[in-house]
Amino acid sequence: MLAEALILSAILFVIGMLGVLVRRNVIIMFLCIELMLNAVNLSFVALSRFIGIEGQIYVFFVMTVAAAEAAVGLAIIISIFRHYETVDVNNFNLLKW
Amino acid sequence: MVEILFYIFAAVAVGGAFRVVFQRNPVGSLLFMVATLASLAGIFVLFEAHFLAAIQIIVYAGAIMVLFLFVIMLLNLGHDYRKDLQFGLGMILAFAVTGGIAGILVRQLGGAGTSAVEQALPGPEAMDQLIQEQGIIGSIARPLFTDYVVAFELTGILLLVALVGAIAIAKRRV
Repeated sequence: MLAEALILSAILFVIGMLGVLVRRNVIIMFLCIELMLNAVNLSFVALSRFIGIEGQIYVFFVMTVAAAEAAVGLAIIISIFRHYETVDVNNFNLLKW
Repeated sequence: MVEILFYIFAAVAVGGAFRVVFQRNPVGSLLFMVATLASLAGIFVLFEAHFLAAIQIIVYAGAIMVLFLFVIMLLNLGHDYRKDLQFGLGMILAFAVTGGIAGILVRQLGGAGTSAVEQALPGPEAMDQLIQEQGIIGSIARPLFTDYVVAFELTGILLLVALVGAIAIAKRRV
């Protein structure tokens, strides 16, 4: 079952990356980043079944960092929305050359 | 039985993930994400990580997704049905990059999961014995509060920093 779980995690990671690259809504892009983090968590859990408990501890830390990242990222999205009145990343071109 | 459940959960996870990416309404995307997270929690249970499955449901599907939902409601984006996919060259480039990385990942991870590698690893028996001796939560808690205690405390500080930072950034006047 290890191979299937690792391939599932690869598929989920790739779908998440496709979402980040294809969508323009910054909230959905953020959601897809969470999806990628979850795909990595799945591979950690699957390997921890065969190697040892450490994998599950890393998953615990990844989840905490994801929660912190979601809070700060959404705060940034709110403050950008106040300025531009949109969540479409095509409009955030202040740093574009 | 375990195999069948795994494939059911995997199908729900992949289907939900696709709908997250290709759903127009952000609220719909969010609900499909919850389905994906719940089925991943089911897969965690199949791998005997019961504590993490509970945390996944409570923290991810419960707290983080509700935070996203609050932001969508706060910004009033729930009626946003416009197509916002990247078109033209960007779309082709995105699919090309994604396809390349998909190939590399499936090749590498598929190679890592062969039965020969599975035989070389310590195997599930050692984990079963650990869970039998210390319990499901005890087997995570013991290393967390001994070997990894510094990282654990740093995570607490990280959460405090994130809390203060989120309030400072989202506040109306700085």
